[in-house]
Amino acid sequence: MVESIVSTGLAIGCIYALIAITYNVMFSASRVFSFTAGTLGMAGGVLGSLFIARMGMPVAVGFLLALAGGAVLGIVTEVVAVRPVLKSLDQHLYVLSTLALALMVQQFTAIEWSTEPQPFPRLFDIARGGFDQQFWLPMLACAVVIVGLELLYRHTLIGHAFLAIAEDNYAARALGLPERRLRMASFALAGVIGALAGFAGGEMLLAFFANAPMLTFYGFVPVALGGMGNNRGAVVAGLLLGLFQQTANFLVGGIFASVAVFTVFIIVLLARPEGLAGSGLRRHV
Amino acid sequence: MDTQATQLRPSRADARGTVSTFGTALPFLALLIVGIAFPLFGGGYWGVIATRACVYWVLVSGLNLVVGFAGQIAIGWVALLTLGAYTTSVLAAGNVMPALPPYLALAIAAVVGAFFGLIIGLPALRLRTFYFAITTLGFATIVTQVALAWQSVTGGGVGVAGPVFPEPFSSQWGFYYFCFGLAAICTWMTANIAASRFGRALTAIRDAEVAAEASGIAKPALLGTVFLFSGAVAAVAGGLFASLQSYITPDAFTLDLSVLFFIAILIGGRSSIFGPLLGTILLTVLPEFAAPLVAWSTFLYAVLLLVIVLVIPGGIAELLDFKNRRPLESERAIIPRPDLIERLLGAAPDAGALTLEQVALSFGGVQAIDGLDLEIRPGRVHGLIGPNGSGKTTTLNVISGYYAPQRGAVRLNGAAMPVLARHRRAHMRIARTFQTPRIVGSASVLQNVMIGGTIDGACTFVESLLSLPRHRRDEAMLRDTAMLALAAVGLERLASVRADRLQHSELRFTEIARALMLRPSFLLLDEPAAGLSVDEIARLSGLLLAIARAGTGVLLVEHHPDLIFDICHYVTVLNLGRTLAAGTPAEIRSHREVVNAYLGG
Repeated sequence: MVESIVSTGLAIGCIYALIAITYNVMFSASRVFSFTAGTLGMAGGVLGSLFIARMGMPVAVGFLLALAGGAVLGIVTEVVAVRPVLKSLDQHLYVLSTLALALMVQQFTAIEWSTEPQPFPRLFDIARGGFDQQFWLPMLACAVVIVGLELLYRHTLIGHAFLAIAEDNYAARALGLPERRLRMASFALAGVIGALAGFAGGEMLLAFFANAPMLTFYGFVPVALGGMGNNRGAVVAGLLLGLFQQTANFLVGGIFASVAVFTVFIIVLLARPEGLAGSGLRRHV
Repeated sequence: MDTQATQLRPSRADARGTVSTFGTALPFLALLIVGIAFPLFGGGYWGVIATRACVYWVLVSGLNLVVGFAGQIAIGWVALLTLGAYTTSVLAAGNVMPALPPYLALAIAAVVGAFFGLIIGLPALRLRTFYFAITTLGFATIVTQVALAWQSVTGGGVGVAGPVFPEPFSSQWGFYYFCFGLAAICTWMTANIAASRFGRALTAIRDAEVAAEASGIAKPALLGTVFLFSGAVAAVAGGLFASLQSYITPDAFTLDLSVLFFIAILIGGRSSIFGPLLGTILLTVLPEFAAPLVAWSTFLYAVLLLVIVLVIPGGIAELLDFKNRRPLESERAIIPRPDLIERLLGAAPDAGALTLEQVALSFGGVQAIDGLDLEIRPGRVHGLIGPNGSGKTTTLNVISGYYAPQRGAVRLNGAAMPVLARHRRAHMRIARTFQTPRIVGSASVLQNVMIGGTIDGACTFVESLLSLPRHRRDEAMLRDTAMLALAAVGLERLASVRADRLQHSELRFTEIARALMLRPSFLLLDEPAAGLSVDEIARLSGLLLAIARAGTGVLLVEHHPDLIFDICHYVTVLNLGRTLAAGTPAEIRSHREVVNAYLGG
């Protein structure tokens, strides 16, 4: 039993962590939290199921197409819901514009795909074992993303440019960095990461439109607790969240587990609004 | 001169008051008549739609104060509708205890709703916008899940029967009038709040939080009260909703409803009552004309939300605001009337001196101020000058309570001032202006100035809600004082203009008028002359001297040497967070180090 809680908890935790990283990648590029983060995860699962199970494509092709779909959705988010409201960041219009876009995608999926959860195909044709692919796939995806991002940020020119924009947007633009193109690239990257989360966790979460709001919320918990923009904090908080949720699931049952997660989330946030790892000094005047 | 102004001013303010009250009440009266007469033309099904619009408005009217006025993005407000619906239904049906009369059940639901409104709202006091939005969303999901799971009470997925209100409200039209009456009362109450110091304070929290704090507005208490009210009416709406549906299941309370409420407010426009009211009616009626699109309704709402945010962030209210589209006079001068200052400020109580003793503060490795001594005395203009980064604004921020000094103390009349309690400064009659004017752009100039007098109102939130005599006295007093303050700074002709249409220099004088509303013992001015023309600076000098003559201690942070040397009684020169020199303007002007470091030549 403990073994099952740990493997499920860690796997789900990895998915939450990936969605949290999706939030962070978008946030670094634009100072905007987008409600479409969970929608990207949902899209990864639905597109994977669509391409592989329904249209019968090879796994590799379906995988790449699902990621491409996520990238497109990320770019659409940037163009439609983020760029037009960046001028007036202090009015927080982005909260509404990204919520609107997330709802549109979610409803479109519900109507055109299905309102019921659809099965997600098994990716590797190997027998089910104790430590099944539905558990290690999300973990592998999470590890790949963390290592990949680290390499990208540390060792490539475009990664340095991303960091420069995240650090100081105006200065980066003054240096002649193509801020707009880099922001679009960041959103495309976030789209790929979000879709990867949904794809890797497809077997667990199924291809279901209502995963969007669920992932939007649970994916944000690690962002808030780990400190915004802090990917390492997000991974740790994501894994803890997954374990906590599965334990609560086992002890008090599914619905009260979500009540427990919510309560802990609120209490921790009220006690430390800047997250467990963050530090905040705000300039008011 | 003085008597002339006395005769002039109140009559003008009165005339404006009457006209605007009548003008704004007209559309409400029209809707009231249509609403009362509705059963004469409406068929049975339209009766249901009209009742539903009333029920939704009861909720939206309260949410409007949270979203439209206070600017808190509370997306999951449907949770309170759910709570109210289940509380009323369960208590009236007697699932858990002996059945209660529906009215009592509805009243208990209101109390429960108020409590949970506060609980949902609390995070808004601590958290950033997106965090708050997502916690309300999470709360909405949780409430629905609990309704689904708690079968013994809520009936789970099967649901529970809604309450039936006894005669005369049991028939369709009887129930309609019941809901319509409540909706009308909610409209009246929220309109009262909107026109009160509480409504103005909410918009100040939304658009100019630091100015709200500087005016003594306590955000936690005010927002808490609004969340209580908003939660209560939302739960009442829930009880009515359950009765209208006659049977409720958790499916009835989807997030779509939340989105609908939210859009109604956005379509209507911020800081408006009539706009969101129209928005609610529109959104309730619209789907009836688009039956084939029912499956797509949420999708279309989302599209609508996106379009409003991107195209008309001001909503209907701004589209209908013809008055503010008339061009303003382009050649207009600010002519202050320093002679009015004494009447405005009255006899200043002797506040002693405001002193800084060896105050030090560093940010990371930067020593912003390093052992600063300062004494601001009543009736004097004290200049604080120095190069950029020498710690001038930081000094102001320490006095205003934005930063806690790491060493040293700030004292008022010998007593140490509480650290970091920013809104308490106004109660000590310490007012300030800001380097970039902090103004509520969508409110009129007069309303902006009235914000400055918020703490001088005597009535409570409930009195304002019901427009009791004390509320009306407060409003008349604040309006008169604000008109006087505007006349004193020379802006009374722009009183009814939207503040975001003013020029930069006019905003600076508006801020001074707002600060004067506090009848300050000490007035802290952060570069008031920045961006002003030479003429305007001269008029500002006269105004500031008059303020000091009335007994107020003025701390003037400035870069304009002329202004400083013309009007200051005493000047402190800062460099790298330390006092470089202090003395009378004449002494400073001949101080060699100051001339080298700062004045040049």
